[in-house]
Formats: sequence, structure tokens, C-alpha cells
Amino acid sequence: MNDIFRIPSVSWRCLRVWQRDRDAYMKFFKLSLLGNLGDPILYLVAMGYGLGRFLNQMEGMSYLEFIAPGLVISSSMFAASFECTYGSFLRMIYMKTYDAIIATPLSIEDVVAGDILWGTTKGMISGTIMFAVVGAFGLIDSFWAVGIPLLIVLVSFLFASLSMAATSFVKTFEAFNYYITLFLTPMFFFSGVFFPLNRLPDWVSVFSKLLPLTYAVEISRALIYGKPSWIVPVGSALLLAPALFFFCVSVNLMKRRVIQ
Amino acid sequence: MQPIILAKNLTKRFGELTAVDSIDFTIHEQDYFGFLGPNGAGKTSTIRMLYGFSPMTAGQLKILGLDIRTAARRIKEQIGVVSQENNLDTDLTVLENLLVYARYFDIPRQEARRRAGDLMAFMQLQAKEKSRVEQLSGGMKRRLVLARALINKPKILLLDEPTTGLDPQARHLIWQRLRSLKSGGTAMILTTHYMEEAAQLCNRVAVMDAGRIIATGTPQEMIRERVGAEVLELRITPELDAQVLRTIADLDLETERYGDTLYLYLPEGHALAKVLTDRLMGINHSEMIHRQATLEDLFLRLTGRELVET
Repeated sequence: MNDIFRIPSVSWRCLRVWQRDRDAYMKFFKLSLLGNLGDPILYLVAMGYGLGRFLNQMEGMSYLEFIAPGLVISSSMFAASFECTYGSFLRMIYMKTYDAIIATPLSIEDVVAGDILWGTTKGMISGTIMFAVVGAFGLIDSFWAVGIPLLIVLVSFLFASLSMAATSFVKTFEAFNYYITLFLTPMFFFSGVFFPLNRLPDWVSVFSKLLPLTYAVEISRALIYGKPSWIVPVGSALLLAPALFFFCVSVNLMKRRVIQ
Repeated sequence: MQPIILAKNLTKRFGELTAVDSIDFTIHEQDYFGFLGPNGAGKTSTIRMLYGFSPMTAGQLKILGLDIRTAARRIKEQIGVVSQENNLDTDLTVLENLLVYARYFDIPRQEARRRAGDLMAFMQLQAKEKSRVEQLSGGMKRRLVLARALINKPKILLLDEPTTGLDPQARHLIWQRLRSLKSGGTAMILTTHYMEEAAQLCNRVAVMDAGRIIATGTPQEMIRERVGAEVLELRITPELDAQVLRTIADLDLETERYGDTLYLYLPEGHALAKVLTDRLMGINHSEMIHRQATLEDLFLRLTGRELVET
């Protein structure tokens, strides 16, 4: 059990795996981008403009303004998560890419870490494009928004690691439904992206405080609308700690799964 | 000469199951070494330990003078692996498969392109350079896996059932290519359950069964010692076995009954075939075949002619 929690020995060679994933992605990136960005842009337009027309101000801003920061962050979450669930599972189980690579000087730790780095990158690509879209809508009014790319990196890394840990247990594609329907989707709806949490029943706000995305959404709103507060450093720490923890755990879990 | 692979009491257990049971073997430079055995004998487990894919449970394993437990990376830099399954990168083309693989070995891009070109020519894959892996036939995929295993100019090539499932033409092409690597000084270790493959490629073989090495040596020596020079196959009802054995009792031959056939093993240096056929003509049989002893006979004598499903 102890070897699950120790710091894995990852070498710089994990970048080779990142390069492999990038090369494979570049061949089909248009299709992939559509999948990653279609959803958040639709939410922004349909909910922000559509539903927003029927709503009064929310927390002192228009509904479009209210949901925009959270959609940037959640697009990173989904892109990183899908890469390190379906993408990694496909490579590990169906394509046997992991098996092929560990016959070279790379170790399984390098392979898994490289895949997590790639998942992080996917999250960054989605988040950055969404950030640009939100900017194009004229929704960014603060210099503090320069912090958003860093937040995107952090969120992407967290969900890439978390998803890889889930993948280490999954036996079939269908089993990802548990992770996505019971974890990611509730997180998307109960982390304050679409409505403020403070006027909901107590149990909902307690529940939402357990979700890392809640902090990320609060930070993103604070940065984009120029109201930095204690939530920025504290929330960041609350994202970084589980990210590092799950990075280590997921690499160790995957090693236990692949190496027998 | 220092052996390139030295294994002592090499053991692999998966929980209760002992897949490899304390085996010893030594492989020298320019050996073409084959592990033969039925499915489940422990061949694949053994070869997987050799490239660090599967950690050994106990024993000692030195490859190119390095310990697999402490120097796996340096060992893996110098070996090429053809695994049992074609684990090609299906996201990439033929050429990209080679280039991306070269990058795992830190081969500079220019050099990688040169080697990839040479290897595609060597494996007759140039025409498929830009094809995706799914578009290749089974034989081409196997050739690409082999080309990929050679991209780092390995000192040792490990092949786990290199031609299983291929048609005869595809198989022969791979055998030719493997034989032509001999002159380059690459050592080769393969597992197979095709006796013909071992006979075509190996100068030394180890026969494995139930996790142990039950015999080792050159194919010719082992066949001569444990089977004999020739084999007489007699299709005859088992009721007549006793009569046959009485007839040939004075010749002191090894015999074996399996299924519809009685096998008689003839040692070297005796012109027994004529005597035997004359004597056996009188006994009612449906067919008599006189032939050279092969590796197949050795294998079946050692591991039993019964089909063991695992």
C-alpha cells in the first residue's frame, strides 16, 4: 500500500511521450478542437445570451458575465479529463502503446507522467481558446486576468492527474461513466459556474466546498473581474496540493496496473 | 568470452502461479537462441523479464554485464523487442512509427530518418511509408514491428513468437531477414512453438515446460541424443503393439504409442530401417512412414504428445 503514496521516479524522458501525443494530436487537431470547444462555446452562447435574457443581474453582473469565467475553467477540466481517461485508456489497453514504449529506455513512470503532461496541455489548449473567446465577447475587465493562464495550467494538471488515477482502476470504457456522470458532471453544475452557491441549502454549499472546481471558479471570477482576495492564494494552494498528490498516486497506480 | 545474458535461478511468480521456476541459462554473443515450449510453458514470462517489462520474483539476471534490477534503462538502450502482440502506434504512419520510436532512444532526427529509410527498404516497406498502420497486412505489420525493434541498432534482439499467425510467404520473408541479421553480429533470442522456426533460425534451443527448462543444446545434438536419427511411424491398432514389440525386441529400440500411431526411434549409425520394414511388413498396418527425426519429435518427446490446453 505504501508504494502507492511515495514520490515516483519520473525522468525528463517523459517529454518523449508528450511529443508522441502531440504528434498524434497534430494530425487530427481540427476534429479534436471541435469536440473540446463546441460544448463550452455553446454553453456560453445558449445560456449566457439565451437564458441570460430572462434573468436579472446575478451577483451584480449580467448572466453572460457571470458564467464566462467558470466556462473557461471547466473547458480545461473536461479537456484534460477526457484526454487522461478515454485517451490514455485507449493507448494503454487497445493500442498497447504503453507496452511498446516501455521496451525502450523509458520507464512506465515516464510514460504515465508524459500522458498526464499531455492531458494538461490539452486542458491548456481548450482553456486558452475559451479565454480568448471570452475576451472577444468583451468580458475581461481587469489586468488581474493575466493570472488566468496560470490557473488554467493548475486546473488542467489537477484534472489530468485525477483522471489518470481513475483510469488506473477502470477495466472497460463503460466504467468511465461512473467517473464522468458521478463526479465530473456534478462538479460542473455544483461548483458555482452557473449559479451562486451561497443562497442554496447548506448541504449543497458544504458539498460544493469539497469540489476543487469550486475554488477554481471563484479564483477565475476574482481575476477576470479584478476583485482579487484571499481566495486566490488559498484556493490555488487547495488546487495544487491535490494535483501533486494525485499526480504521484496515479503514476504509482498505473505502474502497479501495467507492470506485473 | 563474457556471456551477453546470464540467468541464475530466474523465477517469476504471479500470486500462487509459478510461471518461471528457477531456470538457469547462458547466452553468448552471436547466439541465435530459441525458447521452445507449449503455451503456458513460461517462454513469454521469461522474455518479458529480459527487457524489464516484468520484474523478476527471484534469482539473478545479467544482460550485457548489467543487472536488470538496477540498470534497466541502460540495458533497454541496447536491445530491440518484438513483442507477441503488434503494439504499433495506430495513430501514426509507417514512417512516423519509426521516427517516433527512434526519439525514445534519443536518436537525432537526421540519423533517425536515415535509419528509418534503410529499415523500410530492408523490410520491403518503402511503398507503405505514408500508410497508416491499419492499412497494412498482417505480414507488413510484423515487418514494421521488426524494423522498429532494429531502429536503435540493438546488440540483442528479443522476439516473442515473431511469426505466429502469418501465412507461409510472410513467415519466410521474416525468417530471411532475421537470418541476414546474423552477419551483423546481433544476438537473437526468440520464443516459438513452431519447430520449423527454431530449426530455421536457432543454433541453440532450450525446451521449456511448466516453467522449467527441461533440455538445452544445439538442435542437432539434442535430436540425435534424445530422439535418434530416424523415426518410423506405424499406423496400427494398439492391440497389435505387443506383437510388434516382440518382433523387434532384439533391436532394443525406443518406442512410443500416441493416438493411431506407434513411433519407433532409430539411433544413428545403424542401418535398421531395412530390417525393420521387412519384419513389420508381415503385421497388418495401414501406413508406414520412414523419415528423418526432427526438432518436432524432440519437442513432443520432451513435452509429451498429449495436447495440454492451458
